[in-house]
Amino acid sequence: MITPVLETTGLCFAYPDGHQALFGCDLRIERGERVALLGPNGAGKTTLILHLNGVLTPGAGSVSVDGLEVRKENLKRIRASVGIVFQDPDDQLFMPTVYADVAFGPRNLGMTPADTDVRVNAALDAVGMEEYAERPPHHLSFGQRRRVAVATVLAMEPRILVLDEPTSNLDPAGRRELAEILRELDTTMLIVTHDLPYALELCPRAVLMNGGVMVADGPTPEILSDRELMAANRLELPYGFDPVLVGRRIIP
Amino acid sequence: MLAVVATPREAFWAYAAYAALLVGAARLGRVPIGFLSRRLVLEAPFLLFALFLPLVGGGERIEVGGIPLAIEGLWAAWNIVAKATLGLWATLIVAATTPIAEILHGLEHLRMPRVITAIAGFMIRYTDVITGEMQRMKIAREARGYDPRFLWQARALTATAGTLFIRSYERGERVYLAMLSRGFTGSLPLTAHNAAVPRQWAMALLLPAAALVVNLSSWAAL
Repeated sequence: MITPVLETTGLCFAYPDGHQALFGCDLRIERGERVALLGPNGAGKTTLILHLNGVLTPGAGSVSVDGLEVRKENLKRIRASVGIVFQDPDDQLFMPTVYADVAFGPRNLGMTPADTDVRVNAALDAVGMEEYAERPPHHLSFGQRRRVAVATVLAMEPRILVLDEPTSNLDPAGRRELAEILRELDTTMLIVTHDLPYALELCPRAVLMNGGVMVADGPTPEILSDRELMAANRLELPYGFDPVLVGRRIIP
Repeated sequence: MLAVVATPREAFWAYAAYAALLVGAARLGRVPIGFLSRRLVLEAPFLLFALFLPLVGGGERIEVGGIPLAIEGLWAAWNIVAKATLGLWATLIVAATTPIAEILHGLEHLRMPRVITAIAGFMIRYTDVITGEMQRMKIAREARGYDPRFLWQARALTATAGTLFIRSYERGERVYLAMLSRGFTGSLPLTAHNAAVPRQWAMALLLPAAALVVNLSSWAAL
């Protein structure tokens, strides 16, 4: 059996204030997959993400990345192989220039300045931001900052790229540009989103989470067309959107 | 700047020479003189203090327009005004011609502790974010008819300040999480080095060297 890129088994977690967010999550993602993680607010999506690179430690169950269990002694390797793009690019971009920010990850991995330079240029090129390298992040537009945030993670060449609400606050053109960039990457991807058309456009597979457990896992068009399942989990498609009709036109 | 501070206050011509040097530097760096003059407002508190000196100073006095002014105080005031203005000008020219990232980078090369440059970097990076947040909160307050006229209405302002503090604190936590996620282990990596070549050193030392010459000749002339 091939080792999955990401596997969580029976993952449970309660916050220090006693609020339990995860009640046994099982998720398995194979190499090269693009998976959408759907679910209403408060379903535990963000909590799950924070487990994937060991920011949070499971109360019970386990997480492993590329067969390596997420544990304190493995953290350095895990963080190099799981790239998380957070919701607010202002949280992610903290260095004085775009270049320095993208270089932050590779330098932490102990790479030499020369190797870092190669990685930074490749990552900025992948998101079409190479001419902004010397600019300070706060002088960029929101969409550009989101793209730089993706580059900061790409520069670490992660095994799996995790995006938390990649389309939030983006204008339609910025949203489409980001989709084009993501589609070009051959990295395994987990996209957490409320933007269901986006999930359908980018991810052949979707998992649906609610109340701290996985409630569905299957091809995205099927999940989005299951009216009962959708209604039971507070998911709604935009007005006039028919996933079956769109699904026929999708190139996987 | 040290050269300016160490110049005897009686050497008026030396101050004129310093001012000329700075104007030259500003010209070279294409910094508009108007920009520099407006920024001099920063100096206002020191000027106020300088204004008081002739009034309260002891010793010999002269009458100017019926007000007895202490000569010692006048000298001190002139000293403060001239040196503060020149110092501020020099700082402003550096700030206006050098991107912040490069100033921080330069300080690192000059062996400034990493912790300090890192804090300064974060401060500059997030000032915009936090003032933006403050601005939005102000608009939101006003949009709901907030128009404080009496002291007890200041409650909303203190609440805003408190909320802003907590939000910034939480943002700090999120930033830290994002740093951890990219393998942060407690020290910021130095970014790519471009060590200054001798020519750049020579260019950089030109202005201080000229100032030093002025300084030495002002002492010699005493």
